[in-house]
Amino acid sequence: MAKVPVQFTLNGSEKAEFIESGTTLLHALRDKIGDTSPKGGCHQGTCGACSVIIDGELKLCCLTLAETCNGADIRTTAGLAQGGVLHPLQRAFLDAFATQCGFCTPGMIMAAKVLLDRTPNPSREDVVEALSGNICRCTGYEPIIQAVLLAARANSQNAA
Amino acid sequence: MSLALQTFSTVKDANAALQVSGTLYLGGGTLVIRAANEGDVSVSNLIRVTEPSLSAISVSNGKARLGASVTMAAIARQPELAPLAPAARAVGGPAIRNMATVGGNLFAPAPYGDFAVALLALDASVATEDGETPMEAFLAGRDAGRAIVTAVEFSLPRAESFRFLKVSRVKPKGISVLSIAALLQRTADGTVTSARIALGCMADRPMRAKAAEKALLGHKLTAEEIAPALSAASDGIAPITDPIASAWYRGQVLPVHLGRLLLS
Repeated sequence: MAKVPVQFTLNGSEKAEFIESGTTLLHALRDKIGDTSPKGGCHQGTCGACSVIIDGELKLCCLTLAETCNGADIRTTAGLAQGGVLHPLQRAFLDAFATQCGFCTPGMIMAAKVLLDRTPNPSREDVVEALSGNICRCTGYEPIIQAVLLAARANSQNAA
Repeated sequence: MSLALQTFSTVKDANAALQVSGTLYLGGGTLVIRAANEGDVSVSNLIRVTEPSLSAISVSNGKARLGASVTMAAIARQPELAPLAPAARAVGGPAIRNMATVGGNLFAPAPYGDFAVALLALDASVATEDGETPMEAFLAGRDAGRAIVTAVEFSLPRAESFRFLKVSRVKPKGISVLSIAALLQRTADGTVTSARIALGCMADRPMRAKAAEKALLGHKLTAEEIAPALSAASDGIAPITDPIASAWYRGQVLPVHLGRLLLS
């Protein structure tokens, strides 16, 4: 299979790889670049565990071919913590006990990040809608919803 | 999995490449890449087009034209397309809506393709380089078509004349048990003068409820007067059976949900 060059920005760092044509972004990130924060769950677009932010929009990297991301700005959960300090969403997930097995957490956090970037003070309904494409089999969702609301409150207090 | 992707800058060049046997068009990836990930070995050669017109939305003189690569999210956030927003938001979660395209939805097998149900009720036309095809005819022949869909066009409905309902078991988002779209024109006293009703999950692709449409003409939307239309709604349906619901169940609940939509 022919290899094709792929170049994009991952969490602010330039990345360039030769990959086999038809490689999914999930495979490229995890197995070529070494960012294992997006998880391969269903590979069908159902579970949301592979959610990443591409050019500001939440997308599923298991259904995205890497070579369609040339020049894109890609953000994953691995790039959220800065200087060893957790992102407010990561902190809130810990404080609200929103992580149990943790498999869905990176996807949940990226879905929540897109929401808070656009809607800093979301309603509970906004949070439920924003997370509606992400499946969790442990928590029953309520701790996750509360964690996102907690992060929103923390952000607004920091901004005040 | 072994996939090869070719990218073209024009639809014309991509159409030529699509004639090669076994080649599929890649839109948002929510159908084709999903099939490849599931192990469908018939998915191997993919093509895509980067022509900007495919991602354009234009609304003028009461007509809307959506490029085939326009996503469900783009439709949902476009104020001029507000009557269609519920149908666009019915598709998947936020990430899927950022990927799933109008063109792809036309080919989505039941239980998917909720947006195509809305387009069928709106009597949209489907554009390819060969010309424009009415939605109903396009759906009937979609398996044999080898021309890339470039856009869909339809008259924008007034908000009060267009209704859409998706029924799913999981809240707030889930796969369709069924979906219904209805375009109803009524006189000032509420009498129905024209009706187009489209159903999802009642066949392998969206279909019209023509007997129900006919039974609504000349009637008002009251529980008594819509009863004949609800009885006729099941005419010609062949619902799918899948893990979401059996064909029997879908057939049983169709009149209930159609009634709720008409009385809403």
